[in-house]
Amino acid sequence: MHKVVIPIGPQHPALKEPESFSVTLSGERIMKFSARLGYNHRGIEKACEERTYIQDVYLTERICGICSHSHSTCFVQAVEEIAGAPIPKRALYIRTLVGELERIHSHLLWLGVAGHEVGFDTLLMYTWRDREVVMDILAMLTGNRVNYGINTIGGVRRNVTAEQAKEILKAMDTLEERTKYYIQIATKETTLIQRLSGVGVLSNKDAVKLGAVGPTARASGVDRDVRRDDPYAAYADVKFKVVTDNHNDVYGRTLVRAGELLESYSIVRQIIKNMPEGPIVVKVPRKIPAGEAVSRYEAPRGEDMHYVKSDGTEKPERVKVRAPTLANIQTVARMLEDRQLADLPIVIAAIDPCFSCTDRLTGVRRAGKRKKDVLKWEELHSYSIQYYREHGIDFTDLNKKMMKALK
Amino acid sequence: MMSIFYILVFPGFLFLSAFGLAAQFVDRKLCARLQNRVGPPWFQPLADFIKLSAKEDIIPEEANPSMFKLMPVLAITAAITAIFYIPLWSVNPIYAFSGDLIVVLYLLTIPTLTFFLGGWYSTSLYSRIGAVRALTQLFAYEVPLLMSILAPALLADTWSLSEMSLFYSVHPFFWLFNILGFAISMIALLGKLEKVPFDIPEAETEIVAGTFTEYSGRLLALFRLGIDIEAIVGAALLSAVYLPFGLGLGPAAGFLLFVLKVLAIVCTLSILRTIFARLRIDQMICFCWKCLAPLAFIQLFIDLILKGFIVR
Repeated sequence: MHKVVIPIGPQHPALKEPESFSVTLSGERIMKFSARLGYNHRGIEKACEERTYIQDVYLTERICGICSHSHSTCFVQAVEEIAGAPIPKRALYIRTLVGELERIHSHLLWLGVAGHEVGFDTLLMYTWRDREVVMDILAMLTGNRVNYGINTIGGVRRNVTAEQAKEILKAMDTLEERTKYYIQIATKETTLIQRLSGVGVLSNKDAVKLGAVGPTARASGVDRDVRRDDPYAAYADVKFKVVTDNHNDVYGRTLVRAGELLESYSIVRQIIKNMPEGPIVVKVPRKIPAGEAVSRYEAPRGEDMHYVKSDGTEKPERVKVRAPTLANIQTVARMLEDRQLADLPIVIAAIDPCFSCTDRLTGVRRAGKRKKDVLKWEELHSYSIQYYREHGIDFTDLNKKMMKALK
Repeated sequence: MMSIFYILVFPGFLFLSAFGLAAQFVDRKLCARLQNRVGPPWFQPLADFIKLSAKEDIIPEEANPSMFKLMPVLAITAAITAIFYIPLWSVNPIYAFSGDLIVVLYLLTIPTLTFFLGGWYSTSLYSRIGAVRALTQLFAYEVPLLMSILAPALLADTWSLSEMSLFYSVHPFFWLFNILGFAISMIALLGKLEKVPFDIPEAETEIVAGTFTEYSGRLLALFRLGIDIEAIVGAALLSAVYLPFGLGLGPAAGFLLFVLKVLAIVCTLSILRTIFARLRIDQMICFCWKCLAPLAFIQLFIDLILKGFIVR
């Protein structure tokens, strides 16, 4: 049959963020799938090196719009480890609380998106309505619906009052009831099951080999969760089950996420019940001593990793972010092998991709050259000066004037 | 003179457009309320139509302009033509001849054909995939639809819609035996109108808007109106074939009953489209041939047995 190559993205209704995929089709069957990352590169790592640690907390929070707390906590943990700051217990509990609330809103969001991708908009409307409950709780706790800004180096910025705790417990009861209803829909509604089960199969072996993380890996029977394996914040004090599943497909991923929602409600209840009294922040000097640290965090999408290297000044020397989607994106090509075009949106959505978090590098392909080359910082700098000079803009005088003014 | 009135005003273009837009509102509002949304105000479909009509028509460079422009008009024309042969509130439609049932079914197939040709001639990849899907889907739902509509005709022993109506008004409550066929036709109508779970040809998360990807402005407005009219005509056909009661009530009460019947069918369709997820094209074909077609056969057998033992 005649082969066609169709572009999915950078602008496409199935994708919530710009990313370029190209699919080779033979009829409705996918012959080849290739992803080209880099449409959302924002240079956040470089920007982090130009700013102070405290500014970086807010910058890293903006890596992702959904798991914003994950990134800022992950960064803060690394910095605190280098500084050797003793973080108060109550601060750790509040971090865990916000982290779990974030997981709840992220998973509910995913459930809605999954429904939309398979044309089940009713599920989208219902889950997003219920997501408002947890969004309101987050707004009440932190003042923001997303990008909570609750972390700071040495603790958290806002306390949780007794009334707020009561509100949270009430919201958890409503959400638990709704989640059980969604689990019932997902396991009983025939058209939904037909679209989800047997789609996007990733065997246990492949999941391990390709380094999948988070619910994607756990739905393939990989029992891996940073919260349990390498406890951070207050996770060592709470009891929870790591939800795994052996369906290996999108259906399994749905069940894992729904199960994690139920676990999250129980974690939030335990945290509220056992939250110790005490201060919520300790003072950490602006200058962080020289050293390096790697921090891991179980974000809603999987394991998030930050590496921070400091050189004794108030700005980090290097910050490296490995978002969970980067680990999972490799698996999509395997899941789509020899599948139908109709499965493509839900299979991509099933890893809960977040492309703006993932894009750490943009390859430059110069006209005339076939190979991509990586530019060093100095080369890029001189290239940009030359580029503007060719276009009649010269910054040399401006730079000199600025240096004079600074002196 | 009367024919021009029939074609342009009632029950032709004007009436069908108004009713189509009203039914679109009912569909959208009901769907929104079921999904826990507020839904659009009553004039939204009309406002959409006017706004789209005011926009620029963009025709792709590669596309065949005459075919591209012709298709929406053809879709509307075919749907409007079909209404003249369907009995609305009495046993007599405006025009009737023996065999008009087949003509109506044929005319209702033309819009799907225009979706295919329109998508094919717009030459975009998404449109072409949508076009091929529309045609593939046609082969899946058309046979169960035909068989289940022919079953009541078989019982009435005629190929004419007006004679069918006459038969069912002479033998009241016989339509109750055709409930199964009604359900099958309803599901097939969902496929014809490309609604969830059978909106595969315009699945937005896969192929943007399928056939309609390249359509814009007036042409898109006409296509949308064509689909609304097709929905009304399809519902009218179903109500004439499966709900043939109360046909002797006179014009005013009869007309009201007709509107109620059509709205009931439209509401059922929108409830169906709310509670399902979109199927894949292979699952859709599998479902139509493995479930709908055998059920349509059962309906045929029921009517054959009835005809053999009771009617004679």
